[in-house]
Parts: sequence; C-alpha cells; structure tokens
Amino acid sequence: MSVTQILFWFLSILALFGAIMVVVSRNPVHSVLWLIMTFFAISGHYIVLNAQFLAVVNIIVYAGAIMVLFLFVIMLMNLNKTAAPKRNRWLKLAGGIAGGCLMLVLVAALRDSELKGQFAQVNTGDIGLIKSLGKELFTTYVIPFELSSILFLSAMVGAVVLGKKD
Amino acid sequence: MKNVLQLAYLIPLFPLLGFLINGLGRNKLSKGVIGTIGSGAILASFIVSLILFFQVKGGNTEVVNYFNFISVGNLSIPFAFQIDQLSSIFLLIITGVGFLIHVYSTSYMHDEKPEHFARYFAYLNLFVFSMLLLVMGANFVIMFIGWEGVGLCSYLLIGFWFKKPEYNKAASKAFIMNRIGDLAFLIALFWLIGKVGSVSFTEVFSAEGLAKLSTTDITVITLLLFVGATGKSAQIPLYTWLPDAMAGPTPVSALIHAATMVTAGIYMIARSNVLYSLAPDVLNIIAWVGLATALLAASIALKQNDIKKVLAYSTVSQLGFMFLALGTGAYGAAVFHVMTHAFFKALMFLGSGSVIHAMGGEQDIRKMGGLSKKMPVTFWTFVIGCVAIAGIPPLSGFFSKDAILLSAYAKSPVMYGIALFAALLTAFYMFRLLFITFTGKFRGTHEQEHHLHESPKAMTLPLIVLAILSVIGGFVGVPAVLGGSDELIHFLSPVIAIAEGHHISHTTEYILMGLSTVLVLGMVLGAWVIYKNYKEKENTGFAKVLENKWYVDELYDTIIVKPLKVLADFLNNIFDKKVVDGLVNGVGRLVNYGGRQFRWIQSGQVGSYVLLMVVSILLIFVVQFFLRK
Amino acid sequence: MPINYYIFLSLALFAIGMIGVLTRRNAIIIFMCVELMLNAVNLLLVAFSKMHYLSAGSPFSTAGTDGQLFVFFIMVVAAAEVSVGLAIIVMMYRNIHSVDVNFLNRLKH
Repeated sequence: MSVTQILFWFLSILALFGAIMVVVSRNPVHSVLWLIMTFFAISGHYIVLNAQFLAVVNIIVYAGAIMVLFLFVIMLMNLNKTAAPKRNRWLKLAGGIAGGCLMLVLVAALRDSELKGQFAQVNTGDIGLIKSLGKELFTTYVIPFELSSILFLSAMVGAVVLGKKD
Repeated sequence: MKNVLQLAYLIPLFPLLGFLINGLGRNKLSKGVIGTIGSGAILASFIVSLILFFQVKGGNTEVVNYFNFISVGNLSIPFAFQIDQLSSIFLLIITGVGFLIHVYSTSYMHDEKPEHFARYFAYLNLFVFSMLLLVMGANFVIMFIGWEGVGLCSYLLIGFWFKKPEYNKAASKAFIMNRIGDLAFLIALFWLIGKVGSVSFTEVFSAEGLAKLSTTDITVITLLLFVGATGKSAQIPLYTWLPDAMAGPTPVSALIHAATMVTAGIYMIARSNVLYSLAPDVLNIIAWVGLATALLAASIALKQNDIKKVLAYSTVSQLGFMFLALGTGAYGAAVFHVMTHAFFKALMFLGSGSVIHAMGGEQDIRKMGGLSKKMPVTFWTFVIGCVAIAGIPPLSGFFSKDAILLSAYAKSPVMYGIALFAALLTAFYMFRLLFITFTGKFRGTHEQEHHLHESPKAMTLPLIVLAILSVIGGFVGVPAVLGGSDELIHFLSPVIAIAEGHHISHTTEYILMGLSTVLVLGMVLGAWVIYKNYKEKENTGFAKVLENKWYVDELYDTIIVKPLKVLADFLNNIFDKKVVDGLVNGVGRLVNYGGRQFRWIQSGQVGSYVLLMVVSILLIFVVQFFLRK
Repeated sequence: MPINYYIFLSLALFAIGMIGVLTRRNAIIIFMCVELMLNAVNLLLVAFSKMHYLSAGSPFSTAGTDGQLFVFFIMVVAAAEVSVGLAIIVMMYRNIHSVDVNFLNRLKH
C-alpha cells in the first residue's frame, strides 16, 4: 500500500465520519465543526488529486468564509442548545430508508458502468495548477467569470435587503 | 394599374366602411351624417359597379385574386372575386336598388332615435357588403361567407324592433329556416372539397373538375345546393319564414326580402348551371318545387289582408317562377326575372311602405281604401308595379315572365298550364290589393284620414326611379319574335350557355303571349268588378283555408315542432337530470373524495415534499434500471 | 486510484447529505447538508477531470480543465446562495422565532 493509497483511505474515512457526525449531532455548533472537518478532508482529496487550486479555494471559501458565516448565524440566534421536540419518528425512519435506498440504487446503477477500469490520475498532472486553470478561466471562460461578479453583487444586495429590519 | 377590374375590392369595401363608421359612431353621429354615410357608401359602390359593368360589357372579365384565404394540405382557397357578366348584373341590381332603398330609408326611418337610426344603417350596409361578397366571390367558400352574412343581417333587421317579442320570434324563425338550408350548402361544399379538391368556380366547372365527379356526386351536390337555395330563397318546404320576415322595417323587406337576398339561391344555381345541366333529375325537382311554390304562395296571397303579407307571398310566388325557369334550363330567363322582379317588387314594397307611413303604421288593407286621391305619386307608381308584375306588355314583367312561361311550355305543356294559372292568380291578387287599398271609400279612423298625406321627396323619388325602371327594364330582353334580340341572354352567354332546343314555332309563341295577355287583362277586370267597392266580410270555406295559409305553419308545428318539444322535454327532465347531471356530479364527487383521501400528501412541510421527491427519483431510477435490462 | 472508489465515496457523501435533509428539521442543518451534497458532487467532478486528463494521454493536453472550472463556478454560486439563504433564515427566525422547518407549513394554505 503506497502512501497515496493510505492517504486516500484515511481522508475518505475522515470525510464520511465527519459527514455522519454533521447529521447526527444534536448541537448545531458541533454540526458546523464536523462539516468543517469534512471540508478539510475533501480538500485533502483535492491535493491527492493534485488539484491544488481547488483545494485552496475550497478551504478559503467553504471551510473559511461560508462555515464562519454559518457559525455566526447560529450564535446570533442563540441556537446552540435548543432541544427541539422529537420529530415524527416514522417520517425520520422513512427519510433514512429513502436516503439509504438512493445510495444503494445509485451504487447498483454505477457499479457496472463503462467507467469500470478507468483510473483517476493522482499525485501528478498539472491541469489542477493555477497556471493552466487561470489561462483557461481568463480566455474561454472569461464571460461566465465576469458574470459571476454580477451574481455576487446581486446576492449581496439580496442579502442586505432580506436582512434589513423592515 | 394593369386592369381596372382590380378595383373590384372597392365595391364591398365602401359598405363595410359605412357599416363600421355608422356602427361604431352610433351614439355620436347625427341622423343627417348617418344617412349620408349609409347612402353614400352604396352610391360609391354603385359607381364602381357601373365602371366594372362597362368593362365587362367590353369583354374584360377576370378572376381577381387578392390573397390566400385558407391553405390546408392540398386545399388552397384564395380570396378572389369573379367579375363577369353574371356577377356584374347582380352587382348593379344590388347596389342600384340598394342605393334607392337607402335613400328611401333616410326618410322612412326618420322617427327612430339617432342610435337606432345608425344601427339600422349599419345593418343595412353590412347586408349590402355580405350580399356583394356572395355575388362577387370566385369560389363557394367566399360565396358561403356572404351567404351566412346576409342570413345574419336578415335576422338582425327582421328583429330590428327588438322590443316586440313576436318580431324576435319572426327573426329567429327566419334564421333557423335559413340554417337548415345552410347546412345542406355546407355539406355540398365539403363534398366538393372531398371529391374535386377545390371550390373555385373556374376549377370545379372546368372539364378536369367535372371529370372527377361521378353522376351520383353531381346529383347529390346539386340537390344539396338546391336545398340550401330553398332556405335562402324561400321555396317549399322552407318558405314560411319569408312572410313572417315582414316584421322588419318595410325598406328592409324591399331590399332583403324581395330584391336581393332571396335571389341568392337563384344566383347560386345560375352560377352552378354547368353542374345543374349535368343533373337533369335535379332540374326536374327544381322545376316542380318552383311551380308548386309559385302556385301555393299565389293562392295564399289571394286572401291575405296585411299589405306586406300579400307582397311577401307574391315574392315567394315570383321566386317560385324563377326556380321554374332554372328547372327548365332557362337560367338566363331566371336572372332576367330576378332583375325585373327586383325593380317592381322593390317598388311595390316601398309603395306599401309609403302607404304604411301615411297610415301611421297601419298595415291592414281592410282599414284603407280610397288613398289614390291623397297619395297620387304612390298610387301611380304602385299601378305601374302591379301592371309590371301582372305581366301586361310592354312593362318589364311581361318579358321576363313570358320567357319563363315559354321555357316551361318547351318542357311540358302541363307545366305551362300550371304556371300560367299561377301567373293569372298573381295578376288577380295584385290588383285586388291595388283596388282595396287605393279605390273605394276610406275605411280607417277619422284621425288617420286627417293624417293622410303624400310621402316626402326622399321617399317618392326612389319610387319614381323604380317605376321608370319597371317600365323600361324589360327592354333588355325583348325576345326575337317581337323584334328584339334577347340582349340579356346573349350578354350572359359566356357564363350561361344558351339553352338549346327551343322548338317552338313563332306562331305558337304569338298565341301563348296573346293568350296570357288576354287572360291577365280579364283577371284585372275581374278584380276591378269584385273589389272596386270593397266591403269587409267574413271568409268561409276554402277562402278561410287560404286566409290561414293552408295551415302550413300549423302543420309544421304539429309534425316537427311538437315532437321535437316532447323529445326536448324528455331529454331535459329525464336524460339531462339523471344521466348527464349524474355523470357530472359523479366526476365532481370522485374528485372530491380523491382529494380528501390524498390531502395528507400536501402537508405543507418541506420535509415531506423532499421525501416524496427522493422517493420519486428512486422510482425513476428503478424503472429505468429495469427497462434497460 | 480507480475511479470507482471516488464514485462510491461521493455517492456515500451525497446520500448522507440527503438523509440529513430528510431527517433533520433545523433549517440551518438542512442547509449545511445541502452544502455537503454540493461538495460530494464537486469531489466527483474533480476526480472525473483527472480521469479525462489521464485518458487523453498527452502531458500537454488541457482535457479536464473545464471540469475543475465547473467546480470553481459551483463554489462561486454556492457562496452567493449561502449569503442569500442565510439571510432568508435570519429573516424567518426574526418572524417566527424558530428555524424549525415544520413551522413553515404555510404552503398548505
């Protein structure tokens, strides 16, 4: 077992464990923290895949900005120790079963797909580097890139309008 | 402009504009403006029609294509006008007589409120527009549009005084009777489209078009078209609406129910004469139906006491004569009679309108009498009309009726005999009407007598013009035996082939003419003796049957209306309430029940919606999975 | 690394996120689970991008770049979405003093 493989399995288990903890934690703050851990694990995967740019962006945007935002909101609302009454148990069970079935069906569907036998390049390959991505981003994808700034602007305006105390 | 005939679109355009202006501006325009617009539109059409007529006379005929009206699959129906000898004559009749009647109406309808006055002229213009469309259309579809349009206007104008329920009933009756005929027309149209794949006159009547039709097809199509014509042109069995249509204003009766609309059926058959000539059986049916109608209506007219009813039955009877002409293959004679009839019947209707106007709305001739001194112009023009319709030479009616009688004689002497009898009845009832109304002593109230007056200029002028036309109108068709040259028949010959086989010697023709003239004069004398000093008395026996119109209305009521009513009652009370309502309510209840059973799905909670979504995605995946296998 | 491993990992993360959405009732947790699902997809996209790069062969090829840029744009949109979404949650909390989605059953009416 090479180092890469060991890293892969380690990060995968970390991500899955974190994800499960997000769902099962009672305390929202804990959920947020577990989610941050999951995101870090996913960033680790990106590094294993040699997609350094995305790994960094993922940490900055998701683990950094977005999750901090979540945290702030939770703290603002003082929700950290809410113990809400139990949800309808049957509905909860149905949700769990439905989600599990979804995974099973998808796995069953994709197990024998034509992708079987293909490999993802790890450790090497330079398309994930800032240089090549940047080139592509500012040539082919320059218009969507500029448009995304407008999206941000409108999201900002929207957030302000919504959050304003009428 | 390449061809003056391209201007043909102007002819229907003017009345349409008049209709729009008068109809939309009815609350704002003054009566003078309305009348000017209404009459002016028709005058403009008349002038354009005249120009076209002289073009056509010079041999310039054309099918003018404007745009593609309907284009479905292989069927293409152009919006096109056919300007030829037949349509140009009808154009002149419609716009010419129409204009005179519009002028007359400005005075006759002057007591109406401005908005009703405008409504009247709008309807009248719309009618002229539809009629022009009917006559000018170069295919059966355009003709059908006009055909429906005149039916609508007829309905609107019969029910013009809509506050009286019986007038509305008369309007509905006219509309429904027409509708029965229209349905037959429509079926014939579909049949044509199905077999020939075209509705253009030029294509259907061409050799290739006719080759696609079997003998049965032709018989069925012509028969259906004839049923359509019986509706519009008031023939047995669909004639009963026309006498009731007299509920409308008198100028309307003159224009629509005497001069133009009711001749639409004759125009249609004359237009389709190529088809009809290939269906001799149908021609026979037409001839006998026309003859029966002529006789029946003439007999009813003998004992009617309403001045307009007499004229209405007279119209039905004259239309019968026209159908007789069509049935005997003398299409030209039919068109000739349409023309002369338009002159003298419009004249008499307008004359009766003048009388009714003077009598303050009274229509019963038993309450009139001795009007000749008070209304000389009306009286003398009415005399001219009577002489013309009775067929006394040399007025117009003589020539056209003579042409019809001759062609009937050529077909069979029996037909001739019956037709002559009907013609004699015509002379008798017309002069009865004349004498009762205008001679003897006045029998109305004192107040009415005081009110009696000659009508204003706007009413008498059209009367005089029509009287002149009634006198000279016949000279366009003087037969060869009398030194003429049948000009009208020859003029129409490009559209209507001259009937062959007139194997009647000149001697016979002279004898027939002399016979009919002498007998008619005898009838006039008889009417003079009987009715010069008319006294009211109760009708008994056969006269009573005639007065009640052979009880045809009652017969229709018993054999058609009443059973239908019973059926409708059954459907309404049993079928509708139990079956239809049950079905409808059942569906409602089912949906209601289902909704109650499934309402838990719409919990309003986001979670359950997401759950349903996931389950659905799962299902789609699974189904997809199994379908693949 | 065989691509199947990445597919199954992503599917597992996605399903866990879905189960979270289905079972939790705290709007913020549900929102976080949605983010988790988005990330699962991102991971898969990056793995596929590298797979394409490998199967394209040439070391100078740009095959697979668009996959990674797609991920980038998803992050952009997610950031915008989170800002608006959180603003909505804040407003909802202000109005009904709870972030429990079960109280949000106005859709019923």
